[in-house]
Amino acid sequence: MASPAPMLLLIEDEAPIRAFLRATLHGEGYRLVEAESGELGLKRAAQQPPDLVLLDLGLPDMDGHEVLARLREWLTVPIIILSARDQEKQKVAALDAGADDYLTKPFSAGELLARIRALLRRASSGPGGEETSVFLRGDLKVDLGSRRVVIRGQEVHLTPLEYKLLTTLVRHAGKVLTHRMLLKEVWGPHHTLETHYLRVFMANLRRKVEADPAQPRWLLTEQGVGYRLADD
Amino acid sequence: MAHERPNPDELLVRVQAAEAGQRRGKLKIFFGYAAGVGKTFAMLEAARRETGAGVDVVVGYVEPHGRPETEALLAGLEALPPLVVPYRGVTLREFDLDAALKRRAELLLVDELAHTNAEGLRHSKRWQDVEELLAAGINVYTTLNVQHVESLNDVIAQITGVVVRETLPDHVLEAAEEIELIDLTPEELIERLQQGKVYLPNQAERALVSFFQKSNLQALRELSLRQAAHRLRRDVEAARLQSSATAPWATNERLLVCVGPSPTTAKLIRAAKRMATALGAEWLAVAVQTSDRQNRDVQSSLAQHMRLAERLGAETHTLVGETVASAVLEYARQRNVTKIIVGKTAQPWWKRLFFRTVIEQLLDASGDIDVYVITGEGTEGPAPKAGAKTSAVTRMAWRDYLAASAVVAVCGLLGWASHNAKLAEANTVMVFLLGVAFVASRFGRGPSIFAAVASVLVFDFFFVPPELTFAVADAQYLLTFGVMLAIGLTISALTARIRGQLAVARKEERRVAALYRLTKQMSEVTGTDFLLGAAGRQLAEIFAGEVVVFIRDAPGRVDLRFGNETSIARLPINAVVAEWVASHDLVAGAGTDTLPNATAYFVPLIGSQRTIGAVGVRPEDPQWMADPEQRRLLETCASLIALSIERDQSLLEASEAQARVQAEEMRSSLLSSVSHDLRTPLAAIVGASTNLLQADLKADQTQRRGLLQTIADEARRMARLVENLLEITRLEAGGLSLNKQWHVLEEIIGSALGRLKSELARHRVRVELPADLPLLQADGMLLEQAFVNLLENAARYAPAGAEVAIRGRSHGQEVEVIIEDTGPGLPAGSEDRIFEKFYRGPTAGADSRRGVGLGLSICQAIVRAHGGTITARNRPSGGAEFFIRLPRGEGAPAIPLEHAASGSAP
Repeated sequence: MASPAPMLLLIEDEAPIRAFLRATLHGEGYRLVEAESGELGLKRAAQQPPDLVLLDLGLPDMDGHEVLARLREWLTVPIIILSARDQEKQKVAALDAGADDYLTKPFSAGELLARIRALLRRASSGPGGEETSVFLRGDLKVDLGSRRVVIRGQEVHLTPLEYKLLTTLVRHAGKVLTHRMLLKEVWGPHHTLETHYLRVFMANLRRKVEADPAQPRWLLTEQGVGYRLADD
Repeated sequence: MAHERPNPDELLVRVQAAEAGQRRGKLKIFFGYAAGVGKTFAMLEAARRETGAGVDVVVGYVEPHGRPETEALLAGLEALPPLVVPYRGVTLREFDLDAALKRRAELLLVDELAHTNAEGLRHSKRWQDVEELLAAGINVYTTLNVQHVESLNDVIAQITGVVVRETLPDHVLEAAEEIELIDLTPEELIERLQQGKVYLPNQAERALVSFFQKSNLQALRELSLRQAAHRLRRDVEAARLQSSATAPWATNERLLVCVGPSPTTAKLIRAAKRMATALGAEWLAVAVQTSDRQNRDVQSSLAQHMRLAERLGAETHTLVGETVASAVLEYARQRNVTKIIVGKTAQPWWKRLFFRTVIEQLLDASGDIDVYVITGEGTEGPAPKAGAKTSAVTRMAWRDYLAASAVVAVCGLLGWASHNAKLAEANTVMVFLLGVAFVASRFGRGPSIFAAVASVLVFDFFFVPPELTFAVADAQYLLTFGVMLAIGLTISALTARIRGQLAVARKEERRVAALYRLTKQMSEVTGTDFLLGAAGRQLAEIFAGEVVVFIRDAPGRVDLRFGNETSIARLPINAVVAEWVASHDLVAGAGTDTLPNATAYFVPLIGSQRTIGAVGVRPEDPQWMADPEQRRLLETCASLIALSIERDQSLLEASEAQARVQAEEMRSSLLSSVSHDLRTPLAAIVGASTNLLQADLKADQTQRRGLLQTIADEARRMARLVENLLEITRLEAGGLSLNKQWHVLEEIIGSALGRLKSELARHRVRVELPADLPLLQADGMLLEQAFVNLLENAARYAPAGAEVAIRGRSHGQEVEVIIEDTGPGLPAGSEDRIFEKFYRGPTAGADSRRGVGLGLSICQAIVRAHGGTITARNRPSGGAEFFIRLPRGEGAPAIPLEHAASGSAP
């Protein structure tokens, strides 16, 4: 290993979850700093800036959203939220407040590692560099430079908004984008509540990109939260 | 007089009185015969003694006498600041009741019990303030002069020539725990007066100086001593009763006083009160509604007298009867009355000659009941307002007499015709009698008597020879006249009586009909608000005015529930009065002495358990409030309403209790089911993991994988179970608010399939959705959950390799989704039951993959919340199919279309 293994900060109060994550993450070669409270988490982050943060929303001492906001005041590394299933609104709020992704408990080790890998990869590639690059995964190829979309060897024709929607997702591949983020990015800041625009265009986009639009391979729905482009 | 052993009821009353005394505050009255005998001084001295004994004494209000010895006693005692009330340009100092209630002293001093409060205070009399203090458990010391005692009022007016306006109802005096007589010889008092030691209010000085004559003072002193002696006797008797049950018992006397409209009745009532007190008897005051008592002034003075009697502690009743005597006697027998008290009313000698007086009738039929006749000479107190109203009545009467004259004239013309036609004179007489009967039926007694007399005169003048004179040639006509007059008068009397009875009966009928309507309405309607609405409307109709209903929702707070738009509701004071009424169980408001500033008459709604609120009535005719019958009707209505509402609420509580029982059953069934379904995976996880921990690390690789797989699978199963439990709890918590947005069905089904990837991995999934399927207004999260549950169910029962198909189609304003599987299908007859909670189907016992039977009921709850339906059936070709129909939703949004596709441009 040329560079030291990425360092992850885990802010989580439940000891069994910490134990499970410790085993999983050490097994993958990551370095791990643990904090069992929000206050301690903020302190640890300041002492030793991590490469990625895993943040549980339900902390005993302070609101997870507050921890997130205070981390984001100065920290730019990816943050993954850990939360329960029936907390859609909190997830969306956390994502809109700067979290990069979320995992719903219970989650599998595989899911977690995939998310971490995707986020770390994008973080290391750095912003700006992707504009000219070509996104190639499986049979999907999006050439951001020449604005060409090829699926299963065939070039597809997209409307400008469809193209904008797809490229927005491509630029954040593997990461969930909330409805608000996508609407703001594609339709502009005045249409952030018209989620049905998004759904209709997403349906059209799927018909052009997916083999079976009802069982999408690439354009995944995160119900109640937003969309994600599969990155594997 | 027969003395009896105490009966259990009376003992109970005594015990209750003793208990009430424990809870209530105690009242001690320092009682004197005139100002200046030293009542206030004695009260303050007693208060100082109590303070010395460690009692928390506060001076509520003491008249600022400015006398040094009083001032000296006041010094060092805590005193409440007086309430300063502006009144017509001067400021009055009043006792501050609310401050006193707030201070909650152990013992409070309030001077001058008979004082009349300034306008605008809660109660019009100070004794009412004191009552409230006592009810709040505060002990009170107060002072009182004998001339303020209501039942002695007229006697004192007779002695002194001064009518005292500030009077105190006797029951207050009687209810006092202790009365301390403060006595001073008249000589000493006069001496003190001359030394300027007696405080006299300036404005009344003149009157009072004449009042303070030695003869007056002696008489007043005697009265006060007698009053105290009465009281002492009562206390001694009470003590004797308590000490021995065989001792002589109270007399069994019961008095009845006849109340009439005459101004002398007030005196009669007071006399009856004194007599009742002296005998230790209870007493009734009775008014009789007869035919000729329809006039308004009569009604109003009757009502005043009834109120006086009520104040003096009588039980009042209004009777309806043909004659006063018969009605009174019937009622007296019914109530075991021993003495009837009746006023001696002046009647003209001629009337006495023809008609027997009420007194005579009473005496004739009274049997073993004693009848006391009390003279009602002279007038005392303000006579009921005659004046303007009387003249209006007279005008009315004149018109009636005019009409009667016209009728007689017409009869005369008809008689003339029959006379000319040479018909027998008897026919002419008949025509006149017909006229009299007509007048009697239309205009009442007076005009009909007039018509009878006029008829005789006209007949004589025009038809009896010699005609056109009153002279009579043939003496036998005198007999004709006599008979004619007698028949005429009899007809008039009978008709007038029938008319009067009819009016009384009609009034009674209206009352009964009103109560009947109210009862009917109350029994037909359910729901507090509907009940109140119906009740309010009925009351408004019965009492011809505005009605408000306040319901007490928390102690100290009432909520207007009917009559929002009335003028009563607009005035904030009315809500305060309603609250007071509801919390004190007493009537108050306009027309009463308590909180008379309100614009409505308020009656508490007293149920069988508690007081639920108050109803306020503001009749168009303010006179109404003075009529005790109407008040009683309102009180009857109020208790009817209260009971109806209470009944309704208890029904509601019963149904809530039933729901609770059901919920409890549901919970226990859930618990047993959940505990089983949780224990199974837990047992598997614990077993597999401990096995792994103990096993040799070199154990078979495939065996280890198998154990790990078990742990993972069982853990997921538990997670799903927990999700389902949470979901159903959320759905059933009620008030589920849907986050409805416009969705593409394909996307929802797609994400549901995405979540079930591993479960459906071994099945073939086919989705057929037309591209033009409309947008659907739904809660995406919930709908996705519904599909997840349905598809999971299909995956569980369909064998590996079987096909699961999802088809959608537009169906008018609905969208239909059909989910088919090729599994074993549903057990016959269970098509509806599968949506019930915990239903698993008969084959579930052997199925190791089962979960709590919640999935489909969650599904149904979600679909129903969207206004849709879900049904299931077996396919003819095998397997089950589920049909979900969802309304599309109203007003689908327009999606701005993009112009021509411009794919991969530069």
